[in-house]
Amino acid sequence: MQFSYYPGCTLHSTGKEYGQSTTAVCTALGIELLELEDWNCCGASSAHSLNEELALTLPARNLAIAQAAGRDVAIPCAACFNRHRIVDYVLSHDAARRQEIEAVVGFQYTGRVRQRNLVDIFAHEVGAARLAAAVKRPLTGLKAVSYYGCLLVRPPEVTQFDDPEHPVLLDQLLVALGAEPQEWSFATECCGGSLTLNRAAVVKPLVANLIAMAQEAGAACIVTACPLCQVNLEARQGQANFPIFYFTELIGLALGLPEAKRWFAQHLVDPRPLLRRLAAV
Amino acid sequence: MATARIDPTFVRLVSQRSGQVIAGCYACQKCTVGCPTAPNMDYAPDKVLKLVQLGWKEAVLRSSSIWLCATCDVCGKRCPNNINIAAVMDALKQMAVEGGYSGRERNIPAFHRSFLGSIQGWGRIHEATMLVLYKLRSRDLLADLDLGVKLIVKGKIPLLPRRIKGLRTVRKLFRL
Amino acid sequence: MRKIGVFVCHCGTNIAGVVNVPQVVEEAGKLPDVAYAVDYKYLCSEPGQKLIREAIAEKGLDGVVIAACSPRMHESTFRSATEEAGLNPYQCEIANIREQCSWVHQHEKDKATEKAALIIRSMVEKTKRNEPLEPIGIPLTKRALVIGAGIAGIQAALDIANGGYEVVLVERLPSIGGHMAQLAETFPTLDCSQCILTPKTVETGKHKKIKLLTYSEIEEVKGYVGNFDVKIRRKASYVDWSKCTGCGLCQEKCPQKVTSDFEGRLGTRKAIYTLSPQAVPNKPVLDRDNCRYFQTGKCQICAKLCPVGAVDYTQQDTIVEEKVGAIVVATGYDLFPKAKIGEYGYGEYADVIDGLQFERLLSASGPTAGEVRRPSDGKVPKEVVFVQCVGSRDPEKGMPYCSKICCMYTAKHAMLYKHKVPDGQAYVFYMDIRAGGKGYEEFVTRAMEEDHVLYLRGRVSRIFQDGDKLIVWGADTLSGKQVEIAADMVVLATAIVPSAGAKDLAQKLRISTDEFGFFNEAHPKLRPVESLTQGIYLVGAGQAPRDIPEAVAQASGAASKVQALFSGEKLVQEPTIAVVDAEVCAGCGICVGACPYEARILNPLRHIAQVNEALCQGCGACVVACPNKASQLRGLSSVQMMAMIDTLV
Repeated sequence: MQFSYYPGCTLHSTGKEYGQSTTAVCTALGIELLELEDWNCCGASSAHSLNEELALTLPARNLAIAQAAGRDVAIPCAACFNRHRIVDYVLSHDAARRQEIEAVVGFQYTGRVRQRNLVDIFAHEVGAARLAAAVKRPLTGLKAVSYYGCLLVRPPEVTQFDDPEHPVLLDQLLVALGAEPQEWSFATECCGGSLTLNRAAVVKPLVANLIAMAQEAGAACIVTACPLCQVNLEARQGQANFPIFYFTELIGLALGLPEAKRWFAQHLVDPRPLLRRLAAV
Repeated sequence: MATARIDPTFVRLVSQRSGQVIAGCYACQKCTVGCPTAPNMDYAPDKVLKLVQLGWKEAVLRSSSIWLCATCDVCGKRCPNNINIAAVMDALKQMAVEGGYSGRERNIPAFHRSFLGSIQGWGRIHEATMLVLYKLRSRDLLADLDLGVKLIVKGKIPLLPRRIKGLRTVRKLFRL
Repeated sequence: MRKIGVFVCHCGTNIAGVVNVPQVVEEAGKLPDVAYAVDYKYLCSEPGQKLIREAIAEKGLDGVVIAACSPRMHESTFRSATEEAGLNPYQCEIANIREQCSWVHQHEKDKATEKAALIIRSMVEKTKRNEPLEPIGIPLTKRALVIGAGIAGIQAALDIANGGYEVVLVERLPSIGGHMAQLAETFPTLDCSQCILTPKTVETGKHKKIKLLTYSEIEEVKGYVGNFDVKIRRKASYVDWSKCTGCGLCQEKCPQKVTSDFEGRLGTRKAIYTLSPQAVPNKPVLDRDNCRYFQTGKCQICAKLCPVGAVDYTQQDTIVEEKVGAIVVATGYDLFPKAKIGEYGYGEYADVIDGLQFERLLSASGPTAGEVRRPSDGKVPKEVVFVQCVGSRDPEKGMPYCSKICCMYTAKHAMLYKHKVPDGQAYVFYMDIRAGGKGYEEFVTRAMEEDHVLYLRGRVSRIFQDGDKLIVWGADTLSGKQVEIAADMVVLATAIVPSAGAKDLAQKLRISTDEFGFFNEAHPKLRPVESLTQGIYLVGAGQAPRDIPEAVAQASGAASKVQALFSGEKLVQEPTIAVVDAEVCAGCGICVGACPYEARILNPLRHIAQVNEALCQGCGACVVACPNKASQLRGLSSVQMMAMIDTLV
């Protein structure tokens, strides 16, 4: 199967492991990712904070490119996914604004191209069964909690992804990999997002709580699908030494991909001791 | 007498800007209780709406609340009156900047300006130059220095920026 | 020798868990006059009742004692079962061994068992001396009186009349419709009040079975359910209504203007007037106290101009006598006077008005033809403050209750004001929003979201005049701020109080009112439309604050009760009431004064006491008062009482 691919700015920088593991795992499972031609930054949280129109036209330009390519778009980053879905929602529900945006960006919205996040694609296009069948090294004994964060699930009418209060899709993927996702109540509680650079003091207690709750739930690590959450949870956890994975990394590990080692080496909090303990068992 | 006068026109302005029917808020505080950054705000989210309803423009546009909103959208998801408070916060951020209100959180709008500046410069974010610009703007040079070094060592901060081909079309989007 | 059957109920574990039932049955079976004793788990059930019926038939019982729960629960159940078995129901008695035994002695099982046996024995002693009794039939006049012709009174009258019975409808104002006739639009539909009211008022005026007596008041009420004698004072209107055609010329030409109560004292009427153009009946009355002729001897223009010569200055009040079987009280409400509220100006500020006054301003037929204008200078107000809970929920002012309708009509007022003055601003100070009816919450939300009415949660501490503005100092507790608004007009939602004269009427009817003057219902949950006096029913806001849909529903409910009352040929009264032993009665008359129901007289011919069987409630006060033991209760004579006491002591 083929998807247009929108990596987003961080997958080549602070979210490098996410980008590498995504492409490796998709290749291994026969998903062809064709990067969108000359895509631009979606604007993330800064655009909608300062300039409502820009917040819509930046992702709209990418939408126009995707439309031309004629395929659904796979978007690993939760924030980019959220911004593109919002534009899609506005274009499909608000005729007046659609006309404005079309005029500024210079295209005609058809609504035929869907923006999808990676968890959705793995859950629905690959499916748990096929994933489980491809597993060579089941992640037995890996107790984890799935952390979806905010932007994959809210606003629900925009993201249309899983249950916004009790999502399950990521957990289902972990089960398929042989891991042991634990029940916990903080799967969609905010990590503090982009406040991490300018108000780290606000973010630190939020991260500390998430890690404490993960530990209380019996988990040894947190699995996420958002590059900003992953950085926050690693960089702002103080001395907790609590590994934070991208779910694609775990898929790669379970599929037995050799390059997985290199991804883990780049983490700010080294997950390799945990993985070695599991391998030894 | 410590009474305050009411300006009932402000709520209509903000409602129009944000696309939310702020008059529908009946102060149940469900938003505030679900908000991750509310404890750090000077006015909790429900209070922000109340101040908007009463027209206390200065208090709202200078507040830290509007900038501390992380747009996590719990408020919008849970509000019984279908008000997306995060969208109201965005509108207030924009009105604060337009009105030249220097509030309590100068760093945050400075960060956003640096971020957008990076897009204007390259079409995509180049962390290295963006962060340097932000640090200069915020004069917060020393914070997270160790984190920055770690990230560079792990190869997560590309040194050279790349311009996208369609940069001119992107720059046109910044019309204002 | 009697053949009494004793049936002891387990009532699950309620009785059997404490009282040793088998032992009690055995002891009862040994009593003289007891032919049969048995126990059962739940006597009130179908199989339980069947057991009793069959035992009566098979054992030839002539008396039954049911040892079970309180007679208030199932006396009628067991008496019916007894009657079905062919035995007079008053030969069935209840021995309460639950509420008065097992439930109150749960930790003393032996003593409880002893007590239960004693209670049963005493009831056997009583039943031994029971006589068969028949219910008493009382004649009944199948006509109803409805006092008050607001929406509740009108609805009750129409329903009873449509049920085929004649109704006398009395109203003290010249025409019917009550406060609803003063309203502009009603919530939550914003229907024009007159438009939905006039079909009913017209129907009432034309109805063949409704005798409409307006400009009239109740003078005297005597009698009892089914047989009330009512005197009604028809006030002199100085117009012969049988001649008057309703042309309106007198009203048009009368030179004397009088401040109109109907217009909330914001407008005027003439000395000879009808309340409104749609008045039913459309006949004028002449207000003597403000009439130039009556006060100064001059004028007489109305008499001179009337084309049919209907004006008659010599008219006198008349008394009309009516006999009715049921009375429906529908006297409605008034608003607490703002003149009593010092912090809002003692009613001195012309532009501080109450809800009914604002209705008149909003009304197309009102003093300003439906334009919202300040009473002081006629200007259109741009800043209007509405204050809820004025006097209501205020123990300090003597009204701790909620007046129920103000949240809704204030939202309505604010909305209608905004519709008429779109560039005006409306503020509402509230404590809570009570919008429980169908469509009500959505209505109030509409005021907030669509009409941009600003709701401020808090009370108003003071209102005072400053130049041509009214300064309102209030609170907004949600922001924690005190706020000041310079208003052009203030509308107070003042508390609902019972209509003037309700207390006097209650005394005439011998029904009770609560501490606020609202009429007391027989039971707040299960008997909301009846008073404690048989035959007198309560509808509308005279019983408690309520809105129009509730008043209408209640009126129809009362009407159905009246029709049920009228459905039999006679009224049925329980026979277990007082009886006079004529041989023994000395005619002293002490019992007459002792009776709280005025149910006894001294027969003038025979000089002995006589019981009015319809009114007697069987309380026994006369039995205690009588020095000769001439007054007895049927089914509970002194001899029976002594036999029971002898058993127990």
